[in-house]
Amino acid sequence: MKTLYLFGGVAFLYVLTGLLLSWNVSLSILVIGLLSSITALGVNMQWGYAGLFSTGIVGSVALGGLAVVFVSGQPVPEAFAAQGDGVFLLSAGWQIIASVVLALLIIAAAVRLWAAMAPGRRRNLAMTGLLVAGFFLYRAIFDPAVSAVEAYDPATHGNIGGLGLPSLLAWPVGALFAAAAAWAIGKICLGLREDYLAIATLGIAEIIITVMKSEDWMSRGVKNFVGLPRPWPLPYEVDLQQSAAFLDFCANWGFSPITASTILVKLIYCAVFALILGVLIWLLERAVHSPWGRMMRAIRDNEVSAAAMGKDVKRQHLIIFILGSAVVGMTGAMYVSMLGQLVPGEFSPLRFTFLIWIMVIVGGSGNNWGSVLGGLLVGWLWLVVDNAGPAFADLITRSMEDGALKTHLKDVAPQMRLLTLGVALLLVLRFAPKGLIPEK
Amino acid sequence: MDFLNALVALLNFVVIPGASYGAQLAIGALGVTLIFGILRFSNFAWGDTMAFGTMIVILLTWWFQSLGISIAPLPTALLALPFGILATAALLLVTDRAVYRFYRKQKAKPIILVIVSAGVMFIMNGLVRLIIGAEEQSFADGGRFLISAGDFKTMTGLAEGLAIKGSTAITLVTALVTMAALFWFLQNTRTGKSMRAFSDNEDLALLSGINPDRVVQVTWVIAAILATIAGTLYGLDKSFRPFIYYQLLLPIFAAAVVGGLGSPLGAVAGGFIVAFSEVVLTYAWKKVVIYVVPEAWAPESLLQLLGTDYKFAVSFSILIMVLLFMPNGIFGKRG
Repeated sequence: MKTLYLFGGVAFLYVLTGLLLSWNVSLSILVIGLLSSITALGVNMQWGYAGLFSTGIVGSVALGGLAVVFVSGQPVPEAFAAQGDGVFLLSAGWQIIASVVLALLIIAAAVRLWAAMAPGRRRNLAMTGLLVAGFFLYRAIFDPAVSAVEAYDPATHGNIGGLGLPSLLAWPVGALFAAAAAWAIGKICLGLREDYLAIATLGIAEIIITVMKSEDWMSRGVKNFVGLPRPWPLPYEVDLQQSAAFLDFCANWGFSPITASTILVKLIYCAVFALILGVLIWLLERAVHSPWGRMMRAIRDNEVSAAAMGKDVKRQHLIIFILGSAVVGMTGAMYVSMLGQLVPGEFSPLRFTFLIWIMVIVGGSGNNWGSVLGGLLVGWLWLVVDNAGPAFADLITRSMEDGALKTHLKDVAPQMRLLTLGVALLLVLRFAPKGLIPEK
Repeated sequence: MDFLNALVALLNFVVIPGASYGAQLAIGALGVTLIFGILRFSNFAWGDTMAFGTMIVILLTWWFQSLGISIAPLPTALLALPFGILATAALLLVTDRAVYRFYRKQKAKPIILVIVSAGVMFIMNGLVRLIIGAEEQSFADGGRFLISAGDFKTMTGLAEGLAIKGSTAITLVTALVTMAALFWFLQNTRTGKSMRAFSDNEDLALLSGINPDRVVQVTWVIAAILATIAGTLYGLDKSFRPFIYYQLLLPIFAAAVVGGLGSPLGAVAGGFIVAFSEVVLTYAWKKVVIYVVPEAWAPESLLQLLGTDYKFAVSFSILIMVLLFMPNGIFGKRG
């Protein structure tokens, strides 16, 4: 019953925004809120079910976004087929792919070698030798191919391009990318102290974003990748405004076609995201109430006794870590295909790691509905403070003389939300550690 | 002569920057490792604590400059440093009282404290940005160079110059003094000994009558000293920007884990290991190599193993290596 009231309260906030500001603003906040709720569900799987604290959520989101570029970015056949000094495989594009595969093979070989050889100096030497030789071999194949690709029309392309497939296909691929990264990180860090996972995921996220910012051949780096297609079944506003049926509809109801088209698109986004959210919650609720869910909670609450009962704690942690990251990665792909462009600078840890954390904790760790509530509520707060912060600064500086202090206050107003979020997190952790909707 | 040139280039571009960056990381990692040893959690607010301390130092530096107070050729920031430390210590003690103590009394799991420290990170980060803004600030004054590259060239007649920045010298001297003082304190004073005892075995330490609240308070004060010094030295050497300080968390954590969380000696070693790996792997070696190989072999490429953008990848790889092969670090004993 309390849950219903809480959701009703959040719905009221959105309605209020719609009435006071505009329905466009309210709906665009709702779209982001729904998307964040799905991300929060993924994080809740890791933290709420298994007690794994990852600080690299933003890395999974970014990897999911990268998948959209690969799957549905416009192909650049000229760059992919580029030839140049040192391109000896079919073409520069194939050579890049080959070198990346080679790098993965070398790492796999090193892992096998480590397992196969007896401990000792010979093993250390062999592995170091393999990795160093492998690194130089990889760079020798990779570097010339990259220069060839990046030399092609760097102002608009300079990248190998994507496959040009529908955007919807990129969503599962994004999940797959994030899952692969989670597998590697989990293999290394799980089973050690809890802090280590937090520290290592902080690092991997930083690296994923650095790679996306600096590898121009991949997604054009900081030059941003634009022109990603919208996912099915989303229409473009411009098309709507020219379709006779839509114009008729607007004329009948007395809407302005421009406003109506933007609102319709946002409504469809809401519907698509809500559908995915619904399916996911249904799956998760079933999983949580299954023997597997009970086992996960048992492991979370007491690892030692769960291990004594014969449960493979490390393996179960790895599975849930991968599944959670996959959900997060999918939302990254959804986000980027909604924006229609990949802007690596946008993936800030504050927005995509810690904000999501606050959603999960405020909503109620371990409770799926809690994550959804947290996503919608905190998402709303975040975006409203975004608008209200500067307005507030405006208000208090209105009577001031123009000067350094006034400009300073206006400049720093957006930073208010960091402070607000931090205080909110600490207050919830202290006074309502179970969150708004506690785990049953 | 060529060999000497190579040596000078190596000193100038690898050894000196590496040593100064290493010293900054080492002091930062000492703070992380002390907090871990006594309070038993990884403090994610550490980078922002450094930023806070540095911010106070910067503001005071500007104030002193406006009053015309200066200790040239030393940077004015050194004069402001003690006050920065005081302010940071006050902030950390208040934070402990208002936030961390509650969870300590509850004997909360370390991971809860990690999350709490992330909340504190937000607040400190917001505070710093509210007060000084998110942009880059430069506050170094005083003598720029101890030896400038040009002077060195005329002095020695070599083609390569060796420049020693004033900030580098200050970093190395301050770091040495700080570390010596800290180790002396931990080894020889009663409080230092009780801190080590507390870190080794909390229950036994409590049994022998050590006052845990006092140990915790002293730890926060030392942490404030280390954070402010590390932050100020980094800012003098490079520049101050809140986001960069948040990012310093990764190399500092890597340094502390490499040395073994909880081990002060390890933190120092870890700081230099991480710093030198970063510099060595991201330096374009062409400048050194052209002096030692015959002209015909002179390389075309820059001989740079990794782009400078990837310096985080270096810290991270070191971290992963350590987690894989010796999860307790070089000097650590606990898992």
